[in-house]
Amino acid sequence: MPVDNSDVQEKKRGMLPAAFRSNIMAYTMVFALIGIWVILFILTGGTFLTPRNLAMLFRQTSMIAILSLGMVLVIISGNIDLSVGSVLGLCGTVAGILQVWYKWAFLPTLIVTILIGIVIGFWQGFWIAYMRVPSFIVTLAGLMIFRGVILGMTKSVMIGPMIDEFKLIGQSYLSHTVGWVIAALAIIFIIYRTIAGRGSRKKYNLKLAAAYVDLLKVILISILFVGFVTIMNLYGGVPTPVLILIGLAVVVHFISTKTKFGRSVYAVGGNREATRLSGINTRKVTLFVFVLVGFLCSIVGIILTARLNAATSSAGNMMEMDTIAACVLGGASLMGGIGSIPGAICGALVMASIDNGMSLMNMEYYWQYVAKGLILIFVVCADISTKKSE
Amino acid sequence: MADFILEMRNITKRFPGVIALNDVNLNVKRGEIHALCGENGAGKSTLMKILSGVYPHGSYEGEIVINGEEQRFGGIRESEKAGVSIIYQELELIKELDVGENIFLGIQPLKMGTIDWNRLYFDTRKLLQDVGLDIDPGIKIKDLGVGQQQLVEIAKALRKKTDILVLDEPTAALTEHEIELLMKILHDLKNKGITCIYISHKLNEMFRIADSITVLRDGKSIATHKLNEVDEPKVVSLMVGRELEERFPKKEHSPKEVVFELRNFTVYDTEYQDIAIIENVSLSLRKGEIVGVFGLMGAGRTELVSSIFGAFGGKKNGSVLVHGKAVEIHEPRDAIVSGMGLLSEDRKRYGLIINQSVSSNMTLASLDRICDFGRINSSKEFYLTGEYVKDLDIKVRSLDSKVSSLSGGNQQKVVLGKWLMTSPDILFLDEPTRGIDVGAKYEIYNLMNKLVDQGVAIMMISSELPEILGMSDRILVMHAGRFSGEFLYGEATQEKIMYYATGGE
Repeated sequence: MPVDNSDVQEKKRGMLPAAFRSNIMAYTMVFALIGIWVILFILTGGTFLTPRNLAMLFRQTSMIAILSLGMVLVIISGNIDLSVGSVLGLCGTVAGILQVWYKWAFLPTLIVTILIGIVIGFWQGFWIAYMRVPSFIVTLAGLMIFRGVILGMTKSVMIGPMIDEFKLIGQSYLSHTVGWVIAALAIIFIIYRTIAGRGSRKKYNLKLAAAYVDLLKVILISILFVGFVTIMNLYGGVPTPVLILIGLAVVVHFISTKTKFGRSVYAVGGNREATRLSGINTRKVTLFVFVLVGFLCSIVGIILTARLNAATSSAGNMMEMDTIAACVLGGASLMGGIGSIPGAICGALVMASIDNGMSLMNMEYYWQYVAKGLILIFVVCADISTKKSE
Repeated sequence: MADFILEMRNITKRFPGVIALNDVNLNVKRGEIHALCGENGAGKSTLMKILSGVYPHGSYEGEIVINGEEQRFGGIRESEKAGVSIIYQELELIKELDVGENIFLGIQPLKMGTIDWNRLYFDTRKLLQDVGLDIDPGIKIKDLGVGQQQLVEIAKALRKKTDILVLDEPTAALTEHEIELLMKILHDLKNKGITCIYISHKLNEMFRIADSITVLRDGKSIATHKLNEVDEPKVVSLMVGRELEERFPKKEHSPKEVVFELRNFTVYDTEYQDIAIIENVSLSLRKGEIVGVFGLMGAGRTELVSSIFGAFGGKKNGSVLVHGKAVEIHEPRDAIVSGMGLLSEDRKRYGLIINQSVSSNMTLASLDRICDFGRINSSKEFYLTGEYVKDLDIKVRSLDSKVSSLSGGNQQKVVLGKWLMTSPDILFLDEPTRGIDVGAKYEIYNLMNKLVDQGVAIMMISSELPEILGMSDRILVMHAGRFSGEFLYGEATQEKIMYYATGGE
């Protein structure tokens, strides 16, 4: 994953805040991920790592990963969101109804759906931040309320099919050329950032890493970008949802590490009272974390409806659990203050790999739940014991 | 030698990369009060954790001998069995349970397999009497003051068979009156034959109560003396390895115009909204002066500053003027915008984000300074933090180190750095030197002088009389929510201040 690598590169450069860097688990996760891939590669007789399956895997990852971008910030801020599955289900349903029943065009459907996600975010954030109702309660209520609204709206009928432009969001692949152009732009951006970063450090008289170290990193990242696009292009190209994920991940990662808001999220989760005494509006921070989640839920709702070519009343069921698990696997602490975007994406990839690998092996569906649950326990346990021995 | 109840011989404890204790010896005579002192990080806590079995036998070198027998503690239970009880600085009572439940936690008396509550509360009352505490054993811990909680901890230790009682900084959060009470109880315990190891930063207490003293410095035992053989300056010099000529670097300041004024300020309790905890208080701070505020627990000192700063929940009346202009302060950020900073009394609860880095802690109140068009510039952040770390002489391995890895003194400097970064005109320091070692205290005093020279107005709240006397240009004494006395530097004496603080007119 390109996003993940840019983090590794930044980590080595030693420029990130500690809350971020302290996250050793992200490294543990990379190893766990590789380990799981090797095992699945062997168990599936090689099918797992074919370009076709990798394209599937990444597309499968994208939805949980997008949700976990928001969820991880919720967890870092010391809260939890149990309602994401219902909220995205509701957004997906609205998108379906507007197109199918009311014959709305593509763009208005998209805009209204996203607005609904944001409004729901404000609604939940309001109760949590300003009325001081615990997030567990508010979002548990949300899980029930919004699922109820979905059932009421759909009358449990499947709504479809979608209009063609809309379907593209969930089903299409980028053309090979577009894939390459994006990879090239990303590489140029990394080079630019590396040079600008060195310039800025020089300006402030800070210690500079040796030029060849930075060069090596840029080359390594470029190889990964090129490798990723090559493999995706071997099948059908980069899936559109994966592109959406990468775009959102870059933005949210930037927000979480490089803005006042992001800093405040970590601070609020680390010590709410000290943060308030430092002059930060902790309620506003909490509110906007939930608004961000609402927005991301609407995006996932759209992708899911587009991919299934239908809005169903059960859409998004249990996805909150996978998302929370992905964040925790990625090193987020439910106590607040600790976690990272790349970690959460990595966690989402692990969850998707297990789903994907086990269905390749033709194992019955119920095993996936058991396996994911066990891995969650093992990884968190390993993390606790490595931290203890430090 | 039966003369000694406890001998810790040649104790060496290594952590990865550091030697925390290096060949330390501690010999405690039966029935004495033995003071253990040293700067933070000198190894006192580590030594006590070895004694209590937190670090089990085998994880350190050397031997522990109690009553002439070598002990190999595998855990806390074994050391308790051998008669060792430790009361830590951070109390370990369960706040939601009542006094009796806490004292008998884990060993509740049983009757036919269920807890015999009558017997439990009866025994609790007896234990509470032993420590001079007249409270209902059914009251919840959270409803007690810190001083009373401390005494409950002692009662809990007495419930077990305790020969050696270790108190780690027992008076850090106590008022003068409570300290008085504690001293008396320790004396009683001593008369009953209980040996006590007393860890403290407060030398005057040690001199009042202890029989002998062992000084640790940098993980080594420096000296053990009978207390009547040494005096305070001598102990301080043993602790820091240098003679401190003057414990307070008092400098002449030349206060200028008034920068901060409080007029008829009244603050009401958060729960009982008709009870005023600060009543009709007026005061002014001038540029370039240190105003010391002294008051006993409950006088309303902390409530005063935190409500000025917009951090207190209660209703308030009156006006706040900064540079002669009235300001409305509802939230801490309003106060920060008008040029105030508040170093609060409990740095772990209100000052620091303990699992985050030095740099993100220090920049938290001034994120705007490190942003370019809304984007945090990491280089600027590191540069700025680095400057303050250098200025304040904060000892850190790197700016990324978590603040939890720093000593108390350095943590306090990080909080101070956070406020200095906001370039305040008015700085409220609530117990700025609580729980930090002598050397770091001295550095904080020097920093205060430097800030005052730069034109900052400082209001320092402290419960340590020498500190108030030694550092303030002006001293205000609080009692029951009002200022009951005011002195200039040189005018005040401990006796005068205490007279007004205890309600003298």
